[in-house]
Amino acid sequence: MGTHTTTERQATAAPAIELKGISKAFGPVHANKDISIRVMPGTIHGIIGENGAGKSTLMSILYGFYKADKGEIFIAGKKTDIPDSQAAIAAGIGMVFQHFKLVENFTVLENVILGAEDGRLLKPSLAKARKSLLKLADDYGLKVDPDALVQDIGVGMQQRVEILKALYRQADILILDEPTGVLTPAEADQLFRILGRLRSEGKTIILITHKLREIMEATDTVSVMRRGEMTATVKTADTSPAALAELMVGRKVLLRVDKKPAAPGDVILEIEGLRVVDDKGVERLRGIDLQVRAGEIVGVAGVAGNGQSELLEVLGGYHTGKGTVRVNGQSLDLTGKRSDGQSRRNHGVAHVPEDRQREGLIMEYQAWENVAFGYHNDPAYRSGLLMNNAAIKADTAGKMERFDVRPPNPRLAAKNFSGGNQQKIVLAREIERNPDLLLIGQPTRGVDIGAIEFIHEQIVALRDQGKAILLVSVELEEILALSDRVAVMFDGQLMGIRDADKTDEKELGLLMAGITDTGTAHSIDEIERNLALAGGDPHKEL
Amino acid sequence: MDVMPKWAEIVLVPLISLLFAAGLSALVILGIGEDPVAAVKLMVTGALGSTYGWGYTLYYATNFMFTGLCVAVAFHARLFNIGGEGQAMLGGLGVALASLYIPWPHWTLALVGATTMAALFGAAWAAIPAFLQAKRGSHIVITTIMFNFIAAAVLNYILVNIMRPKGSMDPATARFPDATKLPTLHDLLSPIGINFSKAAPANISLLVAVAACVFVWILIWRTRLGYEIRAYGHSESAAKYAGISPIKITMVTMMISGGLAGMMAINNVMGEAERLVLNATEGAGFIGIAVALMGRSHPLGVFLAAILFGFLYQGGAELALWTSIPRELIVVIQALVILFTGALDNMVRMPLEKLFSAIHAARAPKPERKPVEPAE
Repeated sequence: MGTHTTTERQATAAPAIELKGISKAFGPVHANKDISIRVMPGTIHGIIGENGAGKSTLMSILYGFYKADKGEIFIAGKKTDIPDSQAAIAAGIGMVFQHFKLVENFTVLENVILGAEDGRLLKPSLAKARKSLLKLADDYGLKVDPDALVQDIGVGMQQRVEILKALYRQADILILDEPTGVLTPAEADQLFRILGRLRSEGKTIILITHKLREIMEATDTVSVMRRGEMTATVKTADTSPAALAELMVGRKVLLRVDKKPAAPGDVILEIEGLRVVDDKGVERLRGIDLQVRAGEIVGVAGVAGNGQSELLEVLGGYHTGKGTVRVNGQSLDLTGKRSDGQSRRNHGVAHVPEDRQREGLIMEYQAWENVAFGYHNDPAYRSGLLMNNAAIKADTAGKMERFDVRPPNPRLAAKNFSGGNQQKIVLAREIERNPDLLLIGQPTRGVDIGAIEFIHEQIVALRDQGKAILLVSVELEEILALSDRVAVMFDGQLMGIRDADKTDEKELGLLMAGITDTGTAHSIDEIERNLALAGGDPHKEL
Repeated sequence: MDVMPKWAEIVLVPLISLLFAAGLSALVILGIGEDPVAAVKLMVTGALGSTYGWGYTLYYATNFMFTGLCVAVAFHARLFNIGGEGQAMLGGLGVALASLYIPWPHWTLALVGATTMAALFGAAWAAIPAFLQAKRGSHIVITTIMFNFIAAAVLNYILVNIMRPKGSMDPATARFPDATKLPTLHDLLSPIGINFSKAAPANISLLVAVAACVFVWILIWRTRLGYEIRAYGHSESAAKYAGISPIKITMVTMMISGGLAGMMAINNVMGEAERLVLNATEGAGFIGIAVALMGRSHPLGVFLAAILFGFLYQGGAELALWTSIPRELIVVIQALVILFTGALDNMVRMPLEKLFSAIHAARAPKPERKPVEPAE
């Protein structure tokens, strides 16, 4: 595999990391097949691939979580054995996980030294660490307050703490796993600036992501993984998003959603003064007003944990709330017996929930059982007290064909389908109910690019049939690609509603941070302060 | 894809667990200075060597089928009902009331009436912990086990102070009238020319228990209620999404579960003792847990496991009678079965799964041919 060096200086140096012929199988599944890469020091190397392509497995091998079945690892030209994460740290590898590993009620400083204390007494190591932390922060432009509690600082800063933790352990190689998943666009830009600074100080960075844009913006070289194999390693400057997508999927993909301008009709969903209080007594929705018309897609953008989930839950009938919600002019009950999912379905509301594995599907149920899920009282699916299994199976076979679910086997348990195919089962079930209003949360989370295209087409097709669609997604790109109007949520309130063709990521990003005067310039500090104050829960497992 | 074929899952895993338990028990028997081979022979001849032995084995098995089904049904909703003992005691009270105070013209009607009362009383006793779980979040394991003690105390009070016939020193009800006498297997089988032991207590309740197994199978796998129960058991969050009420499922499942435990009383109270005595259940409620575990909460599995435990129970009694092996050894064997089938399940399962995937791989020399992945 050809390696491209970025400068003459590096051409002579040994690669910072070299993997030779790494293979790893879990039972019959080959997560990694004969993978070789070389990453030169002082570069940012991207690894891109769909879910389940084997990116995380490869990095787990590098960080000592898994042992490769075959293959060798060379660090700075030296063959290295990495049996556990201690060995990885000793070899100068630091890892920033997608879900941070920080102790919320410890200070930044305490978190940095956690597990790397020297001596039995805490005080001297803290004092020593404070000095080196401030020096590190200075050297790399990683501004943090050492005495702030982690629970009080924003996600962007928490991520910086994770990077500092790795640098404090003298990491020369930093692996970042999907680092922008929880960041607003402005914070992501800030992160890329930091990564650039680290590179110029000679650190080597591996960036794992599924977002093509980030690869193009931040990396020097990029490797593409597909089904456990490394399909290509190229210089970022020599490639394009379309070419990368093709390498990831194995065929040409449409990156943009093709859709006609919306032709909005009557108001289908009307929300007025909607409030939701969660189990802990915290107000999660603080007076939402929103309308969705027939034939339009309204996207709800926002950093995860700012009330979007609660909005879907209360509309879907499994969270109580206060205020007014009308569908087709009929008022919905927000508490009591008539506020459950069954009643919502009777009102013509279908719901593709955010978390298909915990909510949308019963993973142990077979596909046909899942097709009836939520609609098992439908007269077509029952005969008296019994379920009409034959009818459900027949219906399932048709749905699987129409929605291209693979393999098209109604008797396979939901857990045995890939993420994209699981989502297609949920979509088929909800869309074919011909609902007036479709609620859809994170439609393509954990879904491969090939299926994303299909799912987006289905959503737009439903819109074109004159249905109202409320879309919630933390992927701003997806919101912008699908929506006709975008509502931005921050701390349980709507910061504003924009026409999708008259706004951009930058404006939405500021709204997501609770800043409404989007015309003027705002510092990253202000954005972070705001996000920290909102107290959202970006790590909420969806 | 599931690694193991279904038959291995349902038959092989429990069987191997059972062998482990038997092996350990043999060591225990050796340890107390007896011959394990002779012990097994004695158990088999004692429990299965005569219609008398069979009569007892099936009598115990009938009890365990009811209590096993009780635990199994609740398991499907991921509710651990260990209150079968208390629910069966209350079922006994229902049977006693029905048998003593209603003048039944014929045993068939008495059986229907007593079964209904037994189920109602058992269900009512399970409904209280169910309500506390559904509405107040009190954990059902804690409440059902506490309700076993309350049930014992309630029965004690009622038998001593209310239902004991005047002048009797025995804390038990009066004997039930003859019209409520249920036919034994001897009565049922002699018309078709089979001479079944007259002294054995197995009776028509066995058929009711088998019918209950069929009923539970239909309930769990064929009805909409069963679909909702299993859905709730697999994922509460998904059930809420679908509009399945956790309160309703908890209440209904526990009442069915308690009803099944209560129905055990037609066997031990009405069929055998023909009066209600103290501690009539003799721990059958707890054995139901082992039976359900071993039977993988499937009615067919429960049926087979109940017969196995019936055999162990009767065989154990024979051991105690003819050797110096105490009857409590059966409790040890039961505990070992629970340990192996429940707690150490993976110890047996993992090597088996490896074995099966190895066989699978050997049979299909070219792997990775399955079109599981999309996007071509």
